[in-house]
Amino acid sequence: TVEIHHDKHHAKYVANTNSIVEGMYLEKADLVTIIRTAKYANNVGLFNNAAQVWNHSFYWECMKPGGGGEPTGAISDLINTSFGSYAAFREKFEAAANSAFGSGWTWVVLTPKGLIIQNTEGAYTPVAEEGIATLLTLDVWEHAYYLDYQNVRATYVTAFLDHLVNWDFVNSQIPK
Amino acid sequence: MKVASRQMSTTKFTLPDLKYDYAELEPFISAEIMQIHHSKHHQTYVTNLNTLNEQLGEALHKNDVSKIITLQQGIKFNGGGHLNHSIFFNNLAPAKKGGGEIEDGDLLNMIKAQYGSLDSMQTTLAASTVAVQGSGWGWLGYDKASKSLRITTTANQDPLEATTGLVPLLGIDVWEHAYYLQYKNVRPDYLKSIWKIINWKDVAERLAIAKK
Repeated sequence: TVEIHHDKHHAKYVANTNSIVEGMYLEKADLVTIIRTAKYANNVGLFNNAAQVWNHSFYWECMKPGGGGEPTGAISDLINTSFGSYAAFREKFEAAANSAFGSGWTWVVLTPKGLIIQNTEGAYTPVAEEGIATLLTLDVWEHAYYLDYQNVRATYVTAFLDHLVNWDFVNSQIPK
Repeated sequence: MKVASRQMSTTKFTLPDLKYDYAELEPFISAEIMQIHHSKHHQTYVTNLNTLNEQLGEALHKNDVSKIITLQQGIKFNGGGHLNHSIFFNNLAPAKKGGGEIEDGDLLNMIKAQYGSLDSMQTTLAASTVAVQGSGWGWLGYDKASKSLRITTTANQDPLEATTGLVPLLGIDVWEHAYYLQYKNVRPDYLKSIWKIINWKDVAERLAIAKK
């Protein structure tokens, strides 16, 4: 899964984005600028590809071998403040990831209102908006889990939480 | 009120059987995909639809408008999933049961008149369908108002007729679960292979019904 996901899907988004911005004034811009500009300009093709580049890069960083389990550090405090406990957070995260219709992503973001779990559809991403800090994401497009889990998304979500989440990376994303 | 509560008993939807075995669409769609697609994905839409339908019945009975509204999204998704897959699995047939062969008749005439040739229509439909972002469907539909064929796409499990008014003739599922185990990310290859197993007889029958 990871090989195809990275070398085919993610690579395609990168190639498409490069090809679209070639010759444009955005050619040298950073990725987040491209994403936000594409959103405001309603350039759907550019937005979908650029956002998916960002989303996948972020997703890879959110995971590590031997990861998962309960977090420590600042994220743990935030989770307890916003959800009461890791168990409560986990329940909400699983519910969100399992209830997403169609292709999308499940996010943990930090907003002025605190830690929030939210789903986005397709390529949409919280990084397209200002004032939101993205902390964690899980890809729930079928290509992210189908070869390993087929239709049983719930097992993929559990595996992610139990064995893969890179809480060090999550902590590093919390704004100082 | 007793009469009303008797009328509240809801229909139980069931998973329609396929008209062919899981392996019969090979090598164009693998047996593994067909088995999971039919007995897991489609079954889940049916099961969920039944649950939601029951909840809808209760909400209607209680005149709970808020609950009625809350249920709509799930009904659209699961009901759409049930409708779409029921059409799709009948739109397919193994070669020995007519898959890939189109007969002369009204459907072929309309296709030629509007698109020049069957090939040209397939190319256009394939291109639109491949381009679907994320999960969705490609459709050849019939527009009753203009009495013509239409190529279009829908997102997620949005059912064609309920959301656009077009009568579905042929649907092509491009949710990744429809092809991933066999074709991986190469959706265009799936869209090339599928023409070999299109049950044009079924498509033509749908057109005939739509025109009545």
